[in-house]
Amino acid sequence: MATTRGFARPYGVALRYLLVATAALGIVYPVVILGIGQLALPAQANGSLVSVGGEPVGSALIGQSFADEDGEALPEWFQSRPSAAGYDGGASAGSNYGPENPDFIAEIEARRAAIAESDGVSADDIPVDALTASGSGLDPHISPEYAYQQVARVAGARGLDETAVRGLVEAAVQGRDLGYLGEPVVDVLELNVALSQLGS
Amino acid sequence: MEAWLLVAQLATLALILAVLHRPLGDYLAWTFTSAKHLRLERGLYRVVGVDPFGEQSWGAYLKGVLAVSLVGVLFVYALQRLQAVLPYSLGLPAVPEGLSFNTAVSFVTNTNWQSYSPEVTMGYTVQLAGLAVQNFVSAGVGLAVAVALIRGFSRRSTGTLGNFWVDLTRALLRILLPLAVVSSIVLLAGGVIQNLNGFTEVTTLTGGTATVPGGPVASQEAIKLLGNNGGGFFNVNSAHPFENPTPWTNLFQIVLMLAIPFSLPRAFGRMVGDNRQGYAILAAMGTLFVVSLAALTTFEILGAGTGPQLAGGAMEGKEQRFGIAASTLFATTSTITSTGAVNSMHDSYTSLGGMMTLFNIMLGEIAPGGIGAGLYGMLVIAIITVFIAGLLVGRTPEYLGKKLGPREIKLASLYILATPTLVLVGTALSFAVPAIRDDVESTSIWNPGLHGFTEVLYAFTSAANNNGSAFAGLTANTPWFNTALGVAMLLGRFIPIVLVLALAGSLAAQGSVPVTAGTLPTHRPQFVGLLVGVVLIVVALTYFPVLALGPLAEGLPR
Repeated sequence: MATTRGFARPYGVALRYLLVATAALGIVYPVVILGIGQLALPAQANGSLVSVGGEPVGSALIGQSFADEDGEALPEWFQSRPSAAGYDGGASAGSNYGPENPDFIAEIEARRAAIAESDGVSADDIPVDALTASGSGLDPHISPEYAYQQVARVAGARGLDETAVRGLVEAAVQGRDLGYLGEPVVDVLELNVALSQLGS
Repeated sequence: MEAWLLVAQLATLALILAVLHRPLGDYLAWTFTSAKHLRLERGLYRVVGVDPFGEQSWGAYLKGVLAVSLVGVLFVYALQRLQAVLPYSLGLPAVPEGLSFNTAVSFVTNTNWQSYSPEVTMGYTVQLAGLAVQNFVSAGVGLAVAVALIRGFSRRSTGTLGNFWVDLTRALLRILLPLAVVSSIVLLAGGVIQNLNGFTEVTTLTGGTATVPGGPVASQEAIKLLGNNGGGFFNVNSAHPFENPTPWTNLFQIVLMLAIPFSLPRAFGRMVGDNRQGYAILAAMGTLFVVSLAALTTFEILGAGTGPQLAGGAMEGKEQRFGIAASTLFATTSTITSTGAVNSMHDSYTSLGGMMTLFNIMLGEIAPGGIGAGLYGMLVIAIITVFIAGLLVGRTPEYLGKKLGPREIKLASLYILATPTLVLVGTALSFAVPAIRDDVESTSIWNPGLHGFTEVLYAFTSAANNNGSAFAGLTANTPWFNTALGVAMLLGRFIPIVLVLALAGSLAAQGSVPVTAGTLPTHRPQFVGLLVGVVLIVVALTYFPVLALGPLAEGLPR
């Protein structure tokens, strides 16, 4: 029972214990994982970067905005989902709108009208992922439906054959993991990289 | 379609846990009963000045818990206040006092409530040397307290419960650290990052710029889930693609949250010498989990509410790669285990779906609950259940050969009153005191109307039950919330621990009562049903009025 005598005793033990724990769990452990990651899995550990001509243009996992400086969507690129973070990789955020929030309802209406006009589709046919902001604000994916919906607009803006652009989308569709985990997706950055190479 | 995806996912999860819980549960039991100390452990005991053979009374055991927690709070507080001069701080300034207090308490109490946005507040040193260390230690403390309570049942006529420092050390070295290393590597392979790159600017295809964040994420992510901590490296937690990149990492993260909590009943059964007792507890936990998951998923698939109906589905705040089924499975797991990680924004769930995440926390984090804390919480409910059954038939209640007298019942009753009191008083003060109410309504609440009330209720429910998830529209970085939630987290963690250890001490001091024809069997389906019933009645009686004021009022069809 020597360890429990006196009032101050457990605090001295606790302080020494915490210092050892900090060294082992707060420094050695993450540094070992850092080493393993950098040596064995460097592509993943450094953020799954996508390069064009040797220069990184983003991460396959971090969504981007394909808009001009004023935030207007550029019709010649496939568009990502709406984002509460403005696709700022330094400040991930969801909108946190509740289901009855009037601002949320107004934003859905505005997005629906804008997309119906830009993509030349009926306002009733727009997929839900095109109308709602993701949890992270950095969602790299859209649904295959939303990607196909954008084919005509993108091809028109670039003066490309629609079939060729549709072929890119078909190649970019990823199914569910193991066939039943998650949802089918299209990675917007990877699709746009393929698109940029088709045009050149 | 979504319903079948959920069933397939749940079946996979159940299979993995069915295979895992036996070896892991047996390993847990062995870890805490083995008489042998590893060489590394003996070295550690010498350095810190602990006699590993020194058995402790419940009071001495408690002193160890409180000492390591208090020192932890001071240490994490100091690190944050000194951030400006620490290396790898990304140029971030010292964290303000109120926020530092809240965050230190939050991580030491295994809550991981975050009033801040990590990527713009916490540098790498604070995250690693401060927060991640507490992710390990607070989880270890929870396990140790659960083991002490189990010993209260398994030991006879003794004044001691084991040695806290030995239990904590074994939890860290033999269980959490090895599992964290393996899990980190799996997550790395899935695309979770581990670097010290800071924020990298790249030129995009359109000629603009984009920011790619960096950070030692994988090592932190693994223990965040394994220890049921839940504090994200990034603001949006497991919705962030660098924390949780794919549907399969999502399922893996869910397994990590459930692995130890669902294996502990097996360890409990082993340690009290009757595996069936453990499986009865497990059955009650599993039943509540599945029913709650089914309810939440149903509400999200139905997608009621003006916004979701207008958009064509409840996808606001959800990631495309997860969809609804992988979001609701994560949300249920996280809120019902005390983890509090999120892969989708609970604030944007449908009214009744959001209520289910809140309800899971209100269950008291017992189905299966957080690491250690879930088991001791469920065992306290088991004591209440045996007591109620005893009243019905007019016999002195007994559980696992221990008589449950006035002292035990008082301690158990205080336990189930403690966190609801904190939740309801905290929420009430937020709206009843005019000065606080003005601040809460003008500064903190994000969504107008009933939903805003639910944001505040969720915050206190999450803090007092040490969950840590949020209706994250709430701006909680204010003097009121930093202080009140900090106090709720402290009391919500340590009042139950004091009561559980006192209970363990009084059980261990008893001899053993022989089983007779009049003893209520506690390993049969009948008892499982009673246990689930008591949980639901206690929660419903406690929280129905306040749920009626928030999510029920918002979500019931008008």
